[in-house]
Amino acid sequence: MKKLINDPADVVAESLRGFAAAHADLVRVNADPAYVVRADAPVSGKVGILSGGGSGHEPMHGGFVGRGMLDVACPGEVFTSPTPDQMLEATKAVDGGAGVLHIVKNYTGDILNFEMAADLAREEGIEVEAVITNDDVAVQDSLYTAGRRGVGVTVLAEKIVGAAAEEGKDLAAVAELCRRVNAEGRTMGMALTSCTVPAAGKPTFELGESEMEIGIGIHGEPGRERVPLASAKEIVERLAGPVIDDLPFASGDRVLAFVNGMGGTPQIELYLVYNELKQLLDGRGITIERNLVGSYITSLEMAGCSITLLRLDDELIRLWDAPVLTAGLRWGA
Amino acid sequence: MSDGAITVEEVVAWLRDFAAVMAQEKDALTALDAAIGDGDHGINMDRGMRAVMERVDAATPADVPALMKTVGMALISKVGGAAGPLYGTLFLQFGSAAGPDGLTPDGWAACLAAGVAGVRARGKAELEDKTMVDALQPAADAVGAALGEGASFADALARGADAAEEGARATIPLVARKGRASYLGERSAGHQDPGATSSAHLVRCAARTWAA
Repeated sequence: MKKLINDPADVVAESLRGFAAAHADLVRVNADPAYVVRADAPVSGKVGILSGGGSGHEPMHGGFVGRGMLDVACPGEVFTSPTPDQMLEATKAVDGGAGVLHIVKNYTGDILNFEMAADLAREEGIEVEAVITNDDVAVQDSLYTAGRRGVGVTVLAEKIVGAAAEEGKDLAAVAELCRRVNAEGRTMGMALTSCTVPAAGKPTFELGESEMEIGIGIHGEPGRERVPLASAKEIVERLAGPVIDDLPFASGDRVLAFVNGMGGTPQIELYLVYNELKQLLDGRGITIERNLVGSYITSLEMAGCSITLLRLDDELIRLWDAPVLTAGLRWGA
Repeated sequence: MSDGAITVEEVVAWLRDFAAVMAQEKDALTALDAAIGDGDHGINMDRGMRAVMERVDAATPADVPALMKTVGMALISKVGGAAGPLYGTLFLQFGSAAGPDGLTPDGWAACLAAGVAGVRARGKAELEDKTMVDALQPAADAVGAALGEGASFADALARGADAAEEGARATIPLVARKGRASYLGERSAGHQDPGATSSAHLVRCAARTWAA
């Protein structure tokens, strides 16, 4: 294992200290229990937006804390859900009296911990709603699995919902919007290489020099199939095809196209992928109204990408364009 | 009611043995998890049980319900993943079922059964979903049945541990239907479930603690 770390046990805590020092204008970081919270939290009368999950997906979620997006993020250990006591403290830290929305990616550990946290928060009199994202079309057989995983759409939902909360929408409206974004978005990812959890010290899975995994999750969980390496054009077809067919997206639809890097893939390749995606969508009569290209929901140093499409309407476009000021995304502010 | 009352010290000894086994089996559990999950089960359980023993040794609660609440909350706050809430629920429900009066072997068996019921409710898992339940449910059933037949507490726990280990081994051919392993589909078959494995260790530790 070659990593820029000190002790594997201290990776999350030390990285959070660095994040806090780098972005003291935007956030403050509570060490124990760990959470990254907006510098001006709680914002009175505003719905608090909380998300969280295992670390190793940076900039998600801590990098999305700030005005116009998340109020607080709970980082767990690497690839491990945060804990209910941690989420409870984070919920209390951002409750401005209008309730708190928990945005939860559909992973068994996250669901169990967030359910316990919501129970604890309600016992303390805080109004909590939870919305689960589950946009990963790679999981075909939802009946006999833990269901579709929450992946790329989570980033888009956090931005759009954060903007709505900033406008003063109430908890029910914000939760409904989050469900709508999840319902209108689909994602599929792939990996060229594995990744190494610092505490484990060796790669999570083995992938041959001439192989790739199609339908990968964000922790190296396998997806649909392991196949021989192919061109970017072919890979885009294998990702975007199932995404388009699943919703389905149709000719005339307006979309946000999100090409996401898994952590170890350079920007030059992501734009090359975006070029292929643009041509493919043009060919299907689908209009890209907005785009996001970069590494926003990652799997440590895994090489690969995911493609997310979100069907847009005027309201979603307006909320996407609204000002955002976070470490990971910022415009208009 | 074959044997005498179970003391808090004995329950602490059981937990200490489990913590030692989690430290010792950390890499083996993590390897099982890497095969079908995300490769951190041993690391997380070891971290959680260390936290449990730190809290218990700092101030040992006076009775079993209070002890198990400390254990459950420590696991919930330190393990993370799915195992944190599930093991936390197991111990919290065990403690709630114990009541403030002394624990008998029959009472212990009822506590384990309550804990397992809690795990099933929290995880919405059934037998043969390839989870902790596949070790814990047979263990609870075996301990209860053995005591009902008049077996000693030591013998009942030994039969429970055997049933748990058999249940864990029986997860090998199963296709996972819960948790992260379920995304492997058919590829999850051929690997023993890490959660069932750590659960079998827990019951084996109990058998060792109360061996005749």
